Amino acid sequence: MYSVRQWSVRHAGGLNSFYQRFEAVLTALHPLWKLVGYRRLDRPVAALEKSVKGLLFDCKMCGQCILSSTGMSCPMNCPKNLRNGPCGGVRADGCCEVRPEMKCVWAQAVAGSERIPGGADALSKVQVAIDRRLQGRSSWLRVARERAGESG
Amino acid sequence: MNFEDEPVPGYPLPILPGHTSPGRFERVLRAGHFAVTSELAPPDSADPEDVYRRSRIFHGYVDAINATDGSGGNCHMSSLAVCALLTRVGYAPVMQISCRDRNRIAIQGDILGGAAMGVCNILCLTGDGVQAGDHPQALPVFDLDSMTLLTTARALREEHRFLSGRKITYAPRVLLGAAENPFTPPLRWRAQRLAKKVAAGAQFIQTQYCYDVPLLKLFMRQVEDLGLLDKVFILVGVGPLRSAKAAEWMRTHVPGLHIPDQVIERMAGADDGAREGRNLCIDLIQEIRAVPGVSGIHLMAYRQEDSVAEIIDRSGVLGGRVPWYPGRDPEFNSNRKAS
Repeated sequence: MYSVRQWSVRHAGGLNSFYQRFEAVLTALHPLWKLVGYRRLDRPVAALEKSVKGLLFDCKMCGQCILSSTGMSCPMNCPKNLRNGPCGGVRADGCCEVRPEMKCVWAQAVAGSERIPGGADALSKVQVAIDRRLQGRSSWLRVARERAGESG
Repeated sequence: MNFEDEPVPGYPLPILPGHTSPGRFERVLRAGHFAVTSELAPPDSADPEDVYRRSRIFHGYVDAINATDGSGGNCHMSSLAVCALLTRVGYAPVMQISCRDRNRIAIQGDILGGAAMGVCNILCLTGDGVQAGDHPQALPVFDLDSMTLLTTARALREEHRFLSGRKITYAPRVLLGAAENPFTPPLRWRAQRLAKKVAAGAQFIQTQYCYDVPLLKLFMRQVEDLGLLDKVFILVGVGPLRSAKAAEWMRTHVPGLHIPDQVIERMAGADDGAREGRNLCIDLIQEIRAVPGVSGIHLMAYRQEDSVAEIIDRSGVLGGRVPWYPGRDPEFNSNRKAS
């Protein structure tokens, strides 16, 4: 929801520190996820992730979440799917070229990242081209698995 | 200007140490000349002569010609084809690649294809949305963005591999460029975004139209503070306005275009709008040239291409230099061909 999404950007700092703790818990539970099976868990966890992040960020389930690097403004809401910063078409009032009724998600990202410690550095990192195969899959589980040192 | 090792037009120049392309545009930039580029609007036609007619009006005035890629989301002859036609006779085109219409498979193929056809300069763009053009029903692709397009092109050139990791046998030797708009929000992050583009591989920048020099100066100071001036050549976009009414329409309808009120007022106060537009453009070019760190201008005279010669001439930015064009040095060329 658009207004909730705006709220999330305004509270980017708090949401980020919450997520950092949440990610640590997810990673610590890696043996459990492994026991049950990551593959079996993906669908239910993805459904949960979609409902939570859908509410907070209008998450599009790209499966490669970079919200901590984009000031809690989901870049997949950009009509051009930009993951590395705003385009040159941002309107003078800070709204989107393609959808004038919406604030540019990247103008929001810059504002949100200023509320996250180290946010400016994270924003400057060049993100790699998105892997379209991960669409719809759980980013949480992928992060837990990668953090625990397993790939895939 | 002649280069000592000037080959037959259309053939690549030897690549100098520290250069990445065999092109004359990189030579001009690295030699420290104030560079002039312009853009050719690809025709709505399959006739190559339509391309050559449009390129001839730039003769002696520009160092490189940008071939736009479906600009504004409108359908025209492809940038790749326009560039292939231009390189045949020796021009130095800048092939624009937009991420709107093609995915990473098609784009990487075009980079190799363009380089094989003699393209030495590539401008990596995200592109306008499809809603802006004459085919709003189309699928917007945006598989890559301008930043990942830059890293992809650089990996082809430097690491000799596709994005998949698969090796290529002969790398595209191209100078990579990107766009920047210092005049639109988020203003405080625009220089940072440029830094990110440089980190991704941009070697030159062509900016959006500049009608606000104080804002440009502010931006250039930020760019300097980030230590970018010796890493990238910045060409500032300029263009003649046709009338106060046209300027007013443009700033309302063209996304990301910033025209201050004083500019509209100056245009409105003139009897001959088009003439005042050219005068304004010349004034801007002279002011921009004096801004530290600016390496050149990118003159976009959409539908007023025949004014390019007059504007460049009267602005004096070439300082007597005559950029190469087919037939400029008949004796020189025939000697070369004979040898």
